[in-house]
Amino acid sequence: MDLLIFQVPILMVQASLDGILLGILFALIAYGMALQWGVMNIINIAQGDLVILGGYITYFMYLSGIHPALGVIVAPAIMYFVGVGLYKLVINKVVDRDLFISILATFGISILFMQLMNFAFGADVVLANSEFETTMLFNNSVTLPNSKIFAAIISIIFAIGLVVYMKKSKLGRAIRATAQNARAAKILGVDTEKVYAATFGINAALCGVAGALVAITFTIHPYMGLPYTIRSFMIVIIAGLGNLPGVAISGMGLGVFEEFADYILGTEFRIGSVFMLLVLILVYRRFKLSKKREYLK
Amino acid sequence: MKNNNIILYAAILIFGVLAPFVLPAFKVQLSILCILIVLALTWNIQGGEMGYNTFGNILFYGLGMYLCASVQVGMFFPLAEWTESGGEKTFVHTPSQFFQGMAYGLIIAAIVPTIVAGLIGYAILGLRGHYFAICTLGLGVAAGEISGGIEIIGAGQGFTTPPFPEVGDLEARGEFFYFLSFLVLVLTFIAVKSIYSTRFKLILNAIRDNEDKAEAMGIQTMKYKIIGWMISAFFCGLAGGIMGGLVGYIDSTDVAFDGREMGVFMVLMAILGGKGTLWGPVIGATIFHIFKEGFWTFFLGWQYVALGVLIVVIVIYFPEGIMGWLREKYPEKFGEVVDEADRKAQVELK
Repeated sequence: MDLLIFQVPILMVQASLDGILLGILFALIAYGMALQWGVMNIINIAQGDLVILGGYITYFMYLSGIHPALGVIVAPAIMYFVGVGLYKLVINKVVDRDLFISILATFGISILFMQLMNFAFGADVVLANSEFETTMLFNNSVTLPNSKIFAAIISIIFAIGLVVYMKKSKLGRAIRATAQNARAAKILGVDTEKVYAATFGINAALCGVAGALVAITFTIHPYMGLPYTIRSFMIVIIAGLGNLPGVAISGMGLGVFEEFADYILGTEFRIGSVFMLLVLILVYRRFKLSKKREYLK
Repeated sequence: MKNNNIILYAAILIFGVLAPFVLPAFKVQLSILCILIVLALTWNIQGGEMGYNTFGNILFYGLGMYLCASVQVGMFFPLAEWTESGGEKTFVHTPSQFFQGMAYGLIIAAIVPTIVAGLIGYAILGLRGHYFAICTLGLGVAAGEISGGIEIIGAGQGFTTPPFPEVGDLEARGEFFYFLSFLVLVLTFIAVKSIYSTRFKLILNAIRDNEDKAEAMGIQTMKYKIIGWMISAFFCGLAGGIMGGLVGYIDSTDVAFDGREMGVFMVLMAILGGKGTLWGPVIGATIFHIFKEGFWTFFLGWQYVALGVLIVVIVIYFPEGIMGWLREKYPEKFGEVVDEADRKAQVELK
């Protein structure tokens, strides 16, 4: 327990700003999860590992002398094909099955990715240094790295771009139709198999963008994937499927919560507190619904 | 049939008792196998019979592990100084202290997780389907992260359990832990088998097949779900306590709350053998352990890659497991009435 944050109120401003910028990034990952959950009815445990993989792509661009900010274009392009490949290999076999099968199968993929990344890239914590400046606010008492602001702006651009794409384009319409009723869409001539592959690819591409931003602003490590999965799952269940403003707001809320937990409980409990929050939220909703004789399903 | 069963059980029991003397080199492996079977059997109560796919049974296993070791140390020496000293032991357990501590430790390791399961179960067993699965996954990881931050049980640097005292010959340690884990295995099997022959199993199956209808029939589903989970927790805690002593070293995320290994293993073993059957988890655990120990050395560092591939392959291609496959092939052996003409007609339809 550390109560420094209450004695020095300016730290609260710092934590809130950090949390909001971080939360926008989380919301982007959660958006991808909500998309494929809504369309394919699959919970992808490997979501976080796709993020980390996107981060490593950016890290290697940085190592080979390319400015890592370009990773936000290259990483999603590569990750789209990783996603489609993953769909063709594994996910298409679990789409119509029991949800637990998909959870377990993607858990297997997650372990596989974790270890392959560990072999390929080593077990060190790395980051892609973007050499962005730092903005000082309030008489230099609040520091705001420009990389975080950059990450938030890019996240918002991609999120808005995707929303527009889903509304206007032909593929977007097909995806929305499949989400509403896969069978009816099939009858009307939508190639649902292609739609599913594209959805998973788009999800992976979003993870790629997020991963590139994580690599620039924070650090990446092969085993850091699962917390990102849990965060995005949490954001989606708080906001509800298909509620995009809700995803953005609960993402920011989670970011602020995490920063405060970091200050108050200490960094070693940061990830633990995220997982505990998930449990608490689910328990809260379960008791609230059980009063109405309903349950989370 | 009945006689055959008795002969089978007697054969297994005799093999179990003689195993450490027949195969002295594999004592540790056999002990681990016993623990794995216990974990798979108890997971099957939730995942197989009740239809609640949990990743959270690892919580009770890890809890039992920490509690047993803490009691064993804390009964005689200050716990904080023990963990502080790490590997270099300043305190040594006498044989009587060791066994006394182990006995009390195992009792605590069984009781506390049972109570915890009751409390947590009341809160989260109201969740269904994938919400329950993800919630328990979160619980398991949270327990690992939080216990990794608590100083008195070693935090990040781990906790060395008391070394086995110098009694008997060199074989004594292996034999002690083998018979302990075999005893727990026998107890678990008897408990699970006797549960499965009562109305309790039917209620669990009713919950799995349609919980709303079961409730409408007047079954207090919540009560039975919690009792089922408490039974699992009791044996998971015991298994964890023994495993802690056997491994000799407890680490929060790599040994105790190891969701990546043990937490997935128990699910995988039950599914491989065939969930929802009595013998499925036993067969699944045995095959899995033999495969793991036999081939792990070939993969040499690639074992997690192999594990990931194994999970995907088993889940996609054998979701019914070995027992499910046998059942489809020889339905007569499972007490299903088969109409020969009907069966042929089905084959022709294909």
